[in-house]
Amino acid sequence: MDQLIYSAEIFLNGLMTGVMYALVALGFVLIYKASGVFNYAQGVLALFAALTLVGIQQGQVPFRHLINAIFGTHLESFGWTLPSVLAILLTAGVMVLLAVLIEKLVLQHLVGQEPIILFMATIGLAYFLEGLGDVMWGADIKTLDVGLPQGISESIESVTAAWFGYGFFIDRLDIWATAIAALLVAALVAFSQYTKQGRAMRAVADDHQAALSVGISLRFIWVMVWSIAGFVALVAGIMWGTKSGVQFSLSLIALKALPVLMLGGFTSIPGAIVGGLIIGVGEKLFEFWIGPLIGGATENWFAYVLALIFLVFRPQGLFGERIIERV
Amino acid sequence: MKTKLTALVAAGMMAAAPAMADLVVPNLSYRTGPYGANGTQYADGFNDYFTLLNERDGGIGGEIVQVPECETAYNTEKGVECYESTKGSGALVYNPLSTGITYQLIPKVSVDKIPLYTPGYGRTSAKNGKVFEWVFNAPANYWDGASGAINYLLAENGGDLNGKKIALVYHNSAYGKEPIRTLQDLAAKHGFSLTEIPVDAPGQEQKSQWLQIRRDKPDYVLIWGWGVMNQAAIQEAANIRFPMENFIGIWWSGSEVDVTPVGAGANGYKALTFHGVGTEYPIYGDLKQYVIDPGKASQGGEHVGSVLYSRGMYAALVISEAIRKAQELAGTSAITATQLRDGFEQLDITPARLEELGLPDFGPEIKMTCDNHGGSGMSRMQQWDAAAGKWNLITEFSEPDQEVLAPLITEDSEAYAKEAGITPRDC
Repeated sequence: MDQLIYSAEIFLNGLMTGVMYALVALGFVLIYKASGVFNYAQGVLALFAALTLVGIQQGQVPFRHLINAIFGTHLESFGWTLPSVLAILLTAGVMVLLAVLIEKLVLQHLVGQEPIILFMATIGLAYFLEGLGDVMWGADIKTLDVGLPQGISESIESVTAAWFGYGFFIDRLDIWATAIAALLVAALVAFSQYTKQGRAMRAVADDHQAALSVGISLRFIWVMVWSIAGFVALVAGIMWGTKSGVQFSLSLIALKALPVLMLGGFTSIPGAIVGGLIIGVGEKLFEFWIGPLIGGATENWFAYVLALIFLVFRPQGLFGERIIERV
Repeated sequence: MKTKLTALVAAGMMAAAPAMADLVVPNLSYRTGPYGANGTQYADGFNDYFTLLNERDGGIGGEIVQVPECETAYNTEKGVECYESTKGSGALVYNPLSTGITYQLIPKVSVDKIPLYTPGYGRTSAKNGKVFEWVFNAPANYWDGASGAINYLLAENGGDLNGKKIALVYHNSAYGKEPIRTLQDLAAKHGFSLTEIPVDAPGQEQKSQWLQIRRDKPDYVLIWGWGVMNQAAIQEAANIRFPMENFIGIWWSGSEVDVTPVGAGANGYKALTFHGVGTEYPIYGDLKQYVIDPGKASQGGEHVGSVLYSRGMYAALVISEAIRKAQELAGTSAITATQLRDGFEQLDITPARLEELGLPDFGPEIKMTCDNHGGSGMSRMQQWDAAAGKWNLITEFSEPDQEVLAPLITEDSEAYAKEAGITPRDC
């Protein structure tokens, strides 16, 4: 009986963790849907967004190490602490600006190239942005506080204790992440289904050439999609950065998004969510039931093995579009 | 044009390379990547101590110390590249701050005859100088740390851990697995139960591990982590309301970067250390005068006094004292790597000497010999005060349980000697 109750707690925590993975995976899906490019830099975008948010909120002087080293100054801070909402809005603005620059300096020059070339460009972009983030804001770990609560939800603990005789642990940050992810997905689905720009985005995803022939601006769509992906990266960066500080390992969360994408499909927003939930729950339950028998630390391994199994039987993922090429 | 270009390149190379008479101590550092926040502070302390010696004393024995830095990004392959690219510059000693890189360099330094100094990390059994002629890891190693933690808990529990439950949360790597054997032996000796809980790198997501701890309710949790794994673990411990005073980290899980992101929740967390912390030591007067104020501090001196800065500075201090000893033994200031090995093997940094160096009671006495490359293994406990934002030392230095550790060191080093075809030295 105890094992069942523990499993239920782990199941719920797995769902919450899955949402955190899905937040990262969403950014990949958006860009892949609109341009057929697997954006290797998505994890670094989350890192860059979180670094910029902390920097803006705490009034840090960007490039201060560089400026101080060159000019012998001792710049530290502008001396302000901005409200979280304002800092988030300003950071979203920076991510839009970044999207414009990426389109202008990188993507514009690669129109018509093979997807693998664009993929390689995003690898370069990832390294560039990681270095830029380091030079702009420094390598130190930063504390991110936008007012999201953290720690055990005592109401859930007391309710479950009354029902099962064992109080469940649910992190309040995870509850917030779930609510925010649900809002984000609803907004993204509504945007792509019911707005002119959203329909144009889907048209570009279906066929670049056909979309161009009816007057849709590919450049505008790319800027828009990278801006939205940048905003999604900002949300993911806030959640993961609140959890364990904003630091350069944040970019590695992309590794957790890969099996989610393989499972849910690279082209489906609901797929990213469902894939995240399956991976989150699957890896936690596997670790609980099987982990102790084989030495533990099975989560990363399990996520990829599960994705591999799906690849064998359903290469396009659960919700991905089946690609049939006729010769 | 070609000749001019060649001359320019040659001049550039000559300018960049250390002068032949200089003492060269490469700094294999990492300031980028997932572990950059940790590596930067350590590298700054390491650099600043040698800058102090150069600026205040004109180097060591009249020889300027060159500290060329090479970025490893905590990546083993890059670390080996750094070693290969700098060893030809007359490098005297390496301190790569990575157990992975250390394991790769051990066979290389043995062939190249260059000392490898790995304080508090690397291969524990390198303490046996009969087998590991070129590797030194004083003042303490991982097994000393494991024993130090258990000794502390014994003292807290009136010398009796019988029936207690201790969980070890560890980085699922060679580094994280190091203390397991020692803790198993100590569990058998003292009658506590040990639960091993691995965390895959990098360790951002540890929900499963901390749900298990919440269910099992161990009396104490020990952690062997590095980088984001530490912050995530301390945050999760705070989330499940695990008593922080019962949560103890190895010294690589006990710096400001590990606790600051957790805020007030980290208050009371403890960690082992083998050196002091903070700027309340006389040496900081000299550092301010000769290094920080003139603008010569590494990265502007922003991390001065932090745990990892202090550790980097301490590593530089031990190396510089070994150089001094080697100069004395060899009768020359321009020593070779082989002569530095001799310096390490006859090094004795007494409490009086530490006081002379401006760091009274900063570390334990470090005495190395031909067969003992690991010193006494003494460590002490520090505790985080979140409100004050500082670590407080809460115990004196104490010795590990050599009765348990010595046979393990012998067993592991002899197995390595057999595997590597090494005939142990007669010391």
